[in-house]
Amino acid sequence: MREIHVDTIKAKLSELCIEATHVLPDDVRDGLRRAEATEKAPLAKQILVEIIDNFDIAQREMIPLCQDTGTTVVFVELGQDVHISGGSLEEAIHEGVGAGYTSGYMRASIVAHPLTSRVNTGNNTPAVIHYDVVPGDELRLKVMPKGGGCENMSRYANFLPRAGKEPIIEFVMRTVEESGGNPCPPLIIGVGIGGTSEYAMGLAKKAVTRGVGSKSEDEEIAELEAEMLEKVNALGVGPQAVGGINTALAVNILTYPTHITALPVGVNIQCHSARLKEAVL
Amino acid sequence: MAVERLSDLEVRLTTPVTDEDVSELKIGDHVLVCGTIYTARDAAHNRMVQTLDAGGQLPIDLKGQLIYYTGPTPARPGHASGAIGPTTSMRMDPFTPRLLAEGLKACMGKGNRGLEVQAALKQYHAVYLMAVGGAGAMLSQFIKKIEVIAYEDLGTESLKRVEVEDFPAVVMDDCEGRDLLNEGRKQWRDTEKLGSYKPSEKIIVAQG
Repeated sequence: MREIHVDTIKAKLSELCIEATHVLPDDVRDGLRRAEATEKAPLAKQILVEIIDNFDIAQREMIPLCQDTGTTVVFVELGQDVHISGGSLEEAIHEGVGAGYTSGYMRASIVAHPLTSRVNTGNNTPAVIHYDVVPGDELRLKVMPKGGGCENMSRYANFLPRAGKEPIIEFVMRTVEESGGNPCPPLIIGVGIGGTSEYAMGLAKKAVTRGVGSKSEDEEIAELEAEMLEKVNALGVGPQAVGGINTALAVNILTYPTHITALPVGVNIQCHSARLKEAVL
Repeated sequence: MAVERLSDLEVRLTTPVTDEDVSELKIGDHVLVCGTIYTARDAAHNRMVQTLDAGGQLPIDLKGQLIYYTGPTPARPGHASGAIGPTTSMRMDPFTPRLLAEGLKACMGKGNRGLEVQAALKQYHAVYLMAVGGAGAMLSQFIKKIEVIAYEDLGTESLKRVEVEDFPAVVMDDCEGRDLLNEGRKQWRDTEKLGSYKPSEKIIVAQG
């Protein structure tokens, strides 16, 4: 049994929020640089240059990459041999997020009630938290500030069990094409196949966290990722939908066993400002 | 003329925007915006339209103005602005025709507009610009000054007056009803690789 105090968690969360919103991960930077190098449409290329300038300036001047500093999505992997001391883990996460967003000059974008009052909570809390309990005595925290423009373009569908891959490819393409410039392409597209409706959507979001340049360990699925990426880029939507050959930087797929009657597919759309930062306590 | 053509692809637009300026701006133009612009998002648009519906007076005269859809992050001490990139324009679609009727000549955000807004841009002779979404730090470098002029209670969503210099954007929808999402896609799509997938001729962008 290892003890971790809530104050340690709070401080780490605050740090992760600030770093995630200001410093773009290296794999995403590399993906954007590759896109700029390969882009054929002149206006699309100009936009990619501006996007590359953006991550350089954000880090140098400590200005958030995007004014939409997102819903703070926190993935928690809690080792089953960890004991959290000094208070509630959940409260510590929210307090850490609130402290980070306030001291880091980030935007508060969360409203307390989704339907009625829609009053801003003032410090971007509460976070959206996903817990996994895993073997071991470590606590892994992953912070993913998720922008509204791309999150709102995410979709779910269920297909006939033996529909095969073709309608899934078309569903992903249609989702991207109909989103146009709203989700800020070039995108990372997370696809979750299997489980149940909510599980497929969760997988899709987790798939996004694999970032740019990773490959499924399942060979057939890795091929499907490559095929989807090629087809999405063949749409011609391009960076910010001005027309071009770089609409997505990556398609990442995660799968899970499912019911005999079902083929659930979730699609999570991630903008080019694919912010993610993790730490292990 | 407040539109100065710098190259085939690039123009400088100085506000206020005239009818002649609007006529000059074509889809795909890279625009450098200079002068005074205003910021407003959903909540401020809602208030402006409510005021107009009640026969009231707006806090600003919209004639010849440009409204930028953004809610910046708080500026760090010593900075003119925090991150100040565009938000999704489509959320402003229900309000835009009404403001164009009041004389607004340009709006700027990200993503695409619905068919009603595209028709209204043609009807009222106005233009829709797109600034690069997700590039709020880069865009902050072109901001000289920001001041809140109305709806202060809305926080980041308040109505602000902003001085900009060579703020980069792209003409997405022009006054002739042309839309860059549709035309750009057609030009750069790879039909062979698309296989059996049939792209839509005219995209009506999903709500959100």
